[in-house]
Order: sequence, then structure tokens, then C-alpha cells
Amino acid sequence: MVRAISYLVGLAFVGVLAIALIGTAYSAVTEPPPATAEHEFHRHPRDAQLASSGAFGKFDDRQVQRGFQVYKEVCSACHSLKYVSFRDLGEIGYTEAEVKAIAAQWTIEQPSINPETGEAATRKNTPADRIPSPYPNEIAARAANNNALPPDLSLMVKARHDGANYTYSLLTGYQAQPAALLREFPEAKTPQGLHYNPYFANLNIAMPAPLTAQTAVQYTDGTRGTVDQNARDVAAFLTWTAEPKLEQRHAAGLASLAFIAIFCFLAWGAYQNVWRDVEH
Amino acid sequence: MSFPWAKQYEPKAPLMRWLDEKLPLPRLAYNAIGAGYPVPRNLNYFWNFGVLAGAALLIQIVTGVTLAMNYAANGGVAFGSVERIMRDVPAGWFLRYAHANGASMFLFVVYVHIARGLYYGSYKAPREMVWLLGVVIFLLMMATAFMGYVLPWGQMSFWGAQVITGFFSAIPGVGETVRVWLLGGYAPDNAALNRFFSLHYLLPFVTAGVVILKIWALHIPGSNNPTGLDVKGPQDTVPFHPYYTAKDAVGLGAFLFLFAALIFFVPNLLGHPDNYIEANPLSTPAHIVPEWYFLPFYAILKSFTADFILPAKLWGVLAMFGSILLLFFLPWLDNSPVRSANYRPTYRAFLWVLLVDVLVLGYVGGAEAIPRNVILGQIASAYYFAHFLIILPLISASERPRPLPNSITEAVLEKHAGTSPAKTAMA
Repeated sequence: MVRAISYLVGLAFVGVLAIALIGTAYSAVTEPPPATAEHEFHRHPRDAQLASSGAFGKFDDRQVQRGFQVYKEVCSACHSLKYVSFRDLGEIGYTEAEVKAIAAQWTIEQPSINPETGEAATRKNTPADRIPSPYPNEIAARAANNNALPPDLSLMVKARHDGANYTYSLLTGYQAQPAALLREFPEAKTPQGLHYNPYFANLNIAMPAPLTAQTAVQYTDGTRGTVDQNARDVAAFLTWTAEPKLEQRHAAGLASLAFIAIFCFLAWGAYQNVWRDVEH
Repeated sequence: MSFPWAKQYEPKAPLMRWLDEKLPLPRLAYNAIGAGYPVPRNLNYFWNFGVLAGAALLIQIVTGVTLAMNYAANGGVAFGSVERIMRDVPAGWFLRYAHANGASMFLFVVYVHIARGLYYGSYKAPREMVWLLGVVIFLLMMATAFMGYVLPWGQMSFWGAQVITGFFSAIPGVGETVRVWLLGGYAPDNAALNRFFSLHYLLPFVTAGVVILKIWALHIPGSNNPTGLDVKGPQDTVPFHPYYTAKDAVGLGAFLFLFAALIFFVPNLLGHPDNYIEANPLSTPAHIVPEWYFLPFYAILKSFTADFILPAKLWGVLAMFGSILLLFFLPWLDNSPVRSANYRPTYRAFLWVLLVDVLVLGYVGGAEAIPRNVILGQIASAYYFAHFLIILPLISASERPRPLPNSITEAVLEKHAGTSPAKTAMA
């Protein structure tokens, strides 16, 4: 009885799948999926060669600080960093006094309440504050950016495939739309208000090139402030904002693996010892 | 239960004797996982995976309870509370990565455990109840894993919840009403998130309860073994402790090594980047995919693309649930008296095909839905059902098994032919 039902159910599923397969094959032949510009012209990120990549990676504090400078002078005009507090900057090598100064001199002030009147007000940032958003809310952000919303950058590196390299490639990837693309896909011409970038998923990004040869951020530590260097440094900084515990994680990982390896060695010895007289 | 030659618990210390009279908990442990449980002497490393699954459940409960102390199940703050765990809670990053990757490790060892059961016929009489309880645990785990993935309230959390709860809307007539009732709204929101959190906290303890039943049911016939033969006498077994506690420790070490490598060096390897974007009901991700351990089932769901009597969606949902529920009938679909695939050449060949088939389904589940992949998924889904529902009953009736050894001990001695018999005499 179980078998009769089983054959019937099995044949039903197999039969329906066969019908579905014929349908899929038929439509694949009659109307093959069209080639798309994204499919042909989208590029995989280039390697940003960050010190933090790899199993033993550590942050290069000076690079991360330079990246913070780029964020402060360029990105922060539109992008928030809402999961990062000023105090966290101590982890990338700033002294307590420097962190205090950075917080106090931050252009956007922290929203607060006037203690006398109870009215909305702002005050200077302190190390305990999160880095404030450049816009009071989403509507304001969209209104200032041609209806595009500049995303929060705290987790950007983890929120994209191969995020650090993606950030670096995207920032250095702005270019004119290739003639071959326009020839093959005339309807895929970058619309007004968007910008061609082969590293962006649909090739057309709302953000104009933020780093250009004229506006590249100049550093005080002697490093040459090129667009390429700016992009690498900001990728390093955003790797830190997305995964601030990366160094502790790698260090704890090595210690854990060593500890577990010793455990395995002892367990193997105990196993050999216990079973020495038993064939198995 | 167990075998007549099992060692008896004999407490020596007065305190243990006193405890044994009042509450014989040490006796229970001794008989369940101590020297009082005789186990076939020939188990290979695949028999570690039951204990590893237990260890994984324990790790999930410990890390999960700790995470719950810092997590807030509210649509407005859930994502932020997870980020607070990652940044400000001491060792919070470790707890979360351990819990997220722990789910993957748990499902991984359970899949190996199930494959072991299929290969060595552990689902067959007299262990049907052990198998049935195992399938119940598997279902509970899948529900728990799904709801856990929703809790961080990222994009994949939200849209995964949208897709999975959408299954219920495939029920003819009342589907949409049932879906809205289960979600507590028209789309996943606070009500759904709170329900999922509540159930995500509850189900692991239900699972632990079923695990206890499963171990209980296992101890009546005792463990299966690579030959699939019944234990015939004391020479076929060794006490669980110290023999298999020692062997399980080796397996546990290897498990922890792999687990630690994941947590500390590639913690996001098995996750999806979109889940680091906060849930946004107005923005649908380009590709909605479940976690890797659900991909084969997702592929089956997606393979039903044609309406035939029933709508395609309903076929897909029925097939997806059916693909797991059919495991409940396995002990009666395959009635070959031989358990181990080592002695069933035809069954073994088809089992290897099934393994490849499930891997193909896994690939299709995560791949782009271009015609080639869809067709691949439809063929692989058809084989999956044909394997269990048609091929298995047929070969179990027609197959000629290879000759079986007379006993476990004989099989072991054959393997080590030439060693002195004195060494093999067991206490």
C-alpha cells in the first residue's frame, strides 16, 4: 500500500517536472533571454591591496587615519556613519585629546534640546557621540541629492561582495561610457543625472565622481594625495568601520587554532591509547 | 534495554550511593553515555556526527541565550542592536559570529549524519523510531534556523521572511488569510519579528527534548554499525566510555578547528552581504536567496514552473515540503533486509547519484535563474523524487546483495587478517 502510493506520488512529481521542463526548454528556444549591458560590461573589483586583508591582516593605522581624513573632507558631506562613535577613533591611533578635538570641531553638530527653553537645538560633539548624519532625515537627504539617498557607510564594506576592493574600484572607476556599449545597447545610454561606472551593479550610479584629480585630498603625513591613494585609504577606513574588531578577531583566531590543535593532538593520543588492544 | 553484558553502575563513594538511592541521575548518564552502554566495536568516524550535532546544539543554545541578553526584537532597533553587539558588547562579535556560523556547522554535521544513516541503513528496523525522531529534529532545526536568520532584520532577513511566509498563501482559498494571520500583518513587521524571536528561543529547547527521546529510542536496539549486522555477543561491542568518548573527542577537535577557522578568519563567508543592509520593505534585493543549507530545497521550489491542474506555486510548495516529509516513510519504502550499502551494490550506486543530485540542487538553488540552470534544477528535482519514491522501492525488491559476514567481529578480523586472536579477545 505504501509502495503503491509512493509510486503514484513519485510519478506525479516527475510528470509535472517533465511538463515544466518542456515549457522551460520551449521558451528558452523561442524567446532566449536578451543580452544585457550589465551582463557584458559589469566588472569585478580590482585588488586594493589593503593590509587588513588575509587571515593575518592588521590595520595600517596611518592609512586608516588618512582614509578618515578623506571621509571627513569628502564623503561626510553626504554620507552618514551612524554606527561609529568619535571615541572609536581611539582604536585607529588617535590620542584622547585628538579624539576630543575632532569631535568638538566636527562641522555638523549633535541634535539636542535647549536646557532652558526645551526647544530643539544643537551642541558640540563629544567623544561619546555617534558621528552625526549630514542630513536631519531621509527626505532632506533625497531633496539635496536629486532624489537619490546617499547610504550610510558604516557597514558598506560588508554589505557588498568583496566590499573593500569594490569601494576602491568604484571610487576610481568613473569613466565615459564605452562606445562599444552604446553601439550594442543604444537604449542603455546613461540617463541624465546618473554617472557611468562599470563596477556599479547596474552600471549607472547616482553619485558623481567624488574624487577627481583637482579635488583629491592632500595629506599631512607626506603621502601623495592622488585619487588612487585617496580611494585605497578610504577603503581601508571603511573596512575598519565595518569590522572594527578585525585585529582582535585574527589574534584570537590564531590563539584558538593553536589551542584546538593541541587538544586534537592529545585527543588523538588518548584515542590511540584507549584502543590499542582492540581491533576495529 | 541494552545488552545483558552491559556493565552495571556500582557507586563506591557513600555520597554517590546515597544519590543513587534518591535520584539515580549518575546511573542514567552511566547507562546512556558511559561505560554501561555497549556499542559495536567497528564504528568509523561517520559515527562521530551524532555527538557533534549534540555539541553544536549546545553551542547554539549557550551563544544564543547570551546574545538574547543584548538583542532587541523590534523592527525599529533590531538591526542597530545587532551592531551594538558587534561593536560595544564585550566579545559580542565573537558570540554573534559563533552563533551565525554555528548554525551552518550544525546543519553541516546533521547533513553528514543523515547521509551516514542513508548509507548504512540506520533508518531500517529496528531503528525506525530513531530515524523518525531524527526527521522531526531536522524539521525543528530548519524552522529555528530560518527564524534566526530573520532576527538581525537585514534585507535578506526581511525578504527571506516575505518569501517563506508567502508559501502559506499557496494554500487554495484560505492561503492569504492564513499568511496574514501568521505574520500578524500584511507584510513582515514588528509582530512577525516578535513571533519569530519567541519561537526561535523556544524551538531549540523543544529540539533538546526530542534529542533526549531520540537517544532513549536509540538505546533500545543500540547503535548501528558499518556492516549493518546485529550485535551477536559481547565480543562485538566495547563500552561507550572510554572507547567512543575518546574517539568522539578526536572528532570534536576536528569540528572545533573548522568552526574556529570560520568564526575567526572568514566569519561572513557563508552569509549574504545584503544582510548588512537594514531591512527596507520598499527596496527588493536583486537576488533573494536563502542560507546555503536551504538551497537544495529552494531549487526544488523554483523548479515547478508549469501550472498543471494545480498552480505552479502550489506544486512547488508541496514538492518542497514533500521532499523532506517523504523521509518519514523511508523505513517502509526500502524494505531490503540488508542495512549497509557496503553489501548493496545497486543501492550504493544510486545513493552516490543522489549525493551528486543534491549538490546540483544546491548549486541551482543559489544560481541565477537562466534557462540552463532551471532545466538542470528540474532534472535534479525529478531524480530526487524518483530516487526515494520509485527507484528505492524497486531496487529493494530486485537487488541481490553481496554475501554478509557472519558477525561484526568476523568482519573486523577479516579486515585485520593475520593478527593474533588473543589480542582481539575483549573483556
